[in-house]
Amino acid sequence: MSVLQRDPQDMLRVLDEDGEPVGEVPDLSDDELVTMYREMYLARHFDTRAVSLQRQGRMGTYPPLSGQEGAQIGSAFALDEEDWMFPSYREHGAALHRGLPLKRTLLYWMGHEKGNQIPDHVNMFPVAVPIATQILHATGAAWAKKLQDKNEAVICYFGDGGTSEGDFHEGLNFAGVFDTPNVFFCNNNQWAISVPRERQTASATIAQKAVAYGFEGVQVDGMDPLAVYAATRAAVEKAKNPGEGERRPTLIEAVQYRFGAHTTADDPTVYRDSDEVEQWKKKDPIPRLERFLRDTGRLDDEKVDAIHAEVEDQVATAIKEAEAEPRPEPEEMFNNVFAEMTPEIRAQADEFAELYEKHGDEGFLRE
Amino acid sequence: MSQSQQTQNLTLVQAVRDGLYTEMQADDRVVVMGEDVGKNGGVFRATEGLWDEFGDDRVIDTPLAESGIAGTAIGMATMGMRPVAEMQFSGFMYPAFDQIVSHAARLRNRSRGRFTCPLVVRAPYGGGIRAPEHHSESKEAFYTHESGLKVVIPSTPYDTKGLLISAIRDPDPVIFLEPKLIYRAFRGDVPEGDYEIPIGEASVRREGTDISVYTYGAMTRPTLDAAENLDEEGISVEVVDLRTVSPMDKETVVESFKKTGRAAVVHEAPKTAGLGAEITATIQEEALLYQEAPVERIAGYDVPYPLYALEDYYLPSVARVEEGIRDAVEF
Repeated sequence: MSVLQRDPQDMLRVLDEDGEPVGEVPDLSDDELVTMYREMYLARHFDTRAVSLQRQGRMGTYPPLSGQEGAQIGSAFALDEEDWMFPSYREHGAALHRGLPLKRTLLYWMGHEKGNQIPDHVNMFPVAVPIATQILHATGAAWAKKLQDKNEAVICYFGDGGTSEGDFHEGLNFAGVFDTPNVFFCNNNQWAISVPRERQTASATIAQKAVAYGFEGVQVDGMDPLAVYAATRAAVEKAKNPGEGERRPTLIEAVQYRFGAHTTADDPTVYRDSDEVEQWKKKDPIPRLERFLRDTGRLDDEKVDAIHAEVEDQVATAIKEAEAEPRPEPEEMFNNVFAEMTPEIRAQADEFAELYEKHGDEGFLRE
Repeated sequence: MSQSQQTQNLTLVQAVRDGLYTEMQADDRVVVMGEDVGKNGGVFRATEGLWDEFGDDRVIDTPLAESGIAGTAIGMATMGMRPVAEMQFSGFMYPAFDQIVSHAARLRNRSRGRFTCPLVVRAPYGGGIRAPEHHSESKEAFYTHESGLKVVIPSTPYDTKGLLISAIRDPDPVIFLEPKLIYRAFRGDVPEGDYEIPIGEASVRREGTDISVYTYGAMTRPTLDAAENLDEEGISVEVVDLRTVSPMDKETVVESFKKTGRAAVVHEAPKTAGLGAEITATIQEEALLYQEAPVERIAGYDVPYPLYALEDYYLPSVARVEEGIRDAVEF
């Protein structure tokens, strides 16, 4: 029986908090499992550095992901090359796995438009900052794939808060009605800024909302990367090759915790207890997977040290490259508004160029 | 003004909070609702301490749904309450747009006065704080274009409190846009207790004789700075702060223009179909024969608000405002 066919209140787990298998370990090679660990560590290390860059004034407001690496990497791992990803604004780890260079992610949060330019070979949308709006795009994209007879699945990420928006309902409802190849992946990290999950919905779980849309909803331990992988993989396969009587879409609720702030502009100590944070840290996905990989002989001290050193280098290099990126030319803001620049925008660009020529940066930059 | 004449020295965002506090104390029909307005005190701390003071039923953390906030606030307003809904950023207000324009703005009219909507929708707007994407737009023209909505944009702590109190007491829906760039940029004297600044009245911030410059919100400060600089060159600039962009105080706009015969408008919103166009048309209609030069529009460009690496080039700077004013004066 598929892992998706379970009560939405029965949470799927593969590893317990100590990394002991308590469920069926998915069929991944040793290399894949180690890569999964490496990418989770990379996401964590990147996150730590990014927060520190913001603190030092080297980057703008940034939304940290720490605690959510298992859900991000585990789910991204389950996609096939041809599948598509529609992120919210916190999926730096999932994006990295999909192939978005770290430098682009850094540039985006450093205020460069180039950070939003996804390389052509990466099947992924730019981040969506407005809440839950991307869910409809993901449904439409999946619908297009189906109409075009392309066997591709579309995963869409959003948070627990996002499930309160009308767009969540509309996106899942369309997916149910038109039977689109979607995987709706809810990163339930318990807090929408300061508002707890219980205040978003009176439902016992978010997963059970799928029942009303006519497709499967599964709750998974979002800090268990192997459980996340197993559920997402099953959902991707069903989206592309549904069995007799099966509906293509799936809602996955990945139960997890945001260890840090909503963004660097937020102070979580105002609204939640440090005891709660400590309790959730016991479920930290990274030591959990590491323990499992050590216990099964796939990792040892030497390999772990090598991975850490390599990752730290990789992140340092990306930061160096992003900071070396010259500030975009101001005239860039007039480009890509339309395929062809309108006469009015052309006139405004010319007027700007004249002023810029005359005053230089001093005429514009504020302290 | 009430008996209390004590003043406090507050920032603009503290004046928002003080206005809410004052009205909540005076009128138990007033409730504050929105995302993170409760225990967290608002992401900008505009509702700080209100939840402790007034509790969960009057300072309400809602689910994350702007249409839900605006729509339920309309329902509350029709049933005798005075909701003040917070939209966390004006850039996230669009899911609520349908509720605001199709219902809040029209309820009185379409029910022939049977139902009314004494509702305030507060939202921080505007750029300049190195914020992420969708956090910096200035789209007051959307709401100005809609009949049945009043649109208020204060620029000082004193006006903020007085205008917010007026907005809460107003029998009709008011969109109250707060210039977050200057939330904490300076302090001003704010009386304790309640007082009103009437909606629909502009304020002449600086008197001058050569040109009238119309502005509002966060652009008031660079405009005043430009006026000071130009004064040294012998150009005498009058600065009119609209304070309410809808209904606009045409009388003050026209009176100032008749005195100077020249005008510029400064706003960070995009130029096309922005408030500058409305002010220019008003001058054409009411004071054409006084006009000595084309009206200069110093505005944001007709492009999506750029990510923050380029935002200073997008926002009207002091130098750009000076250039625009000079062009109008030297025409």
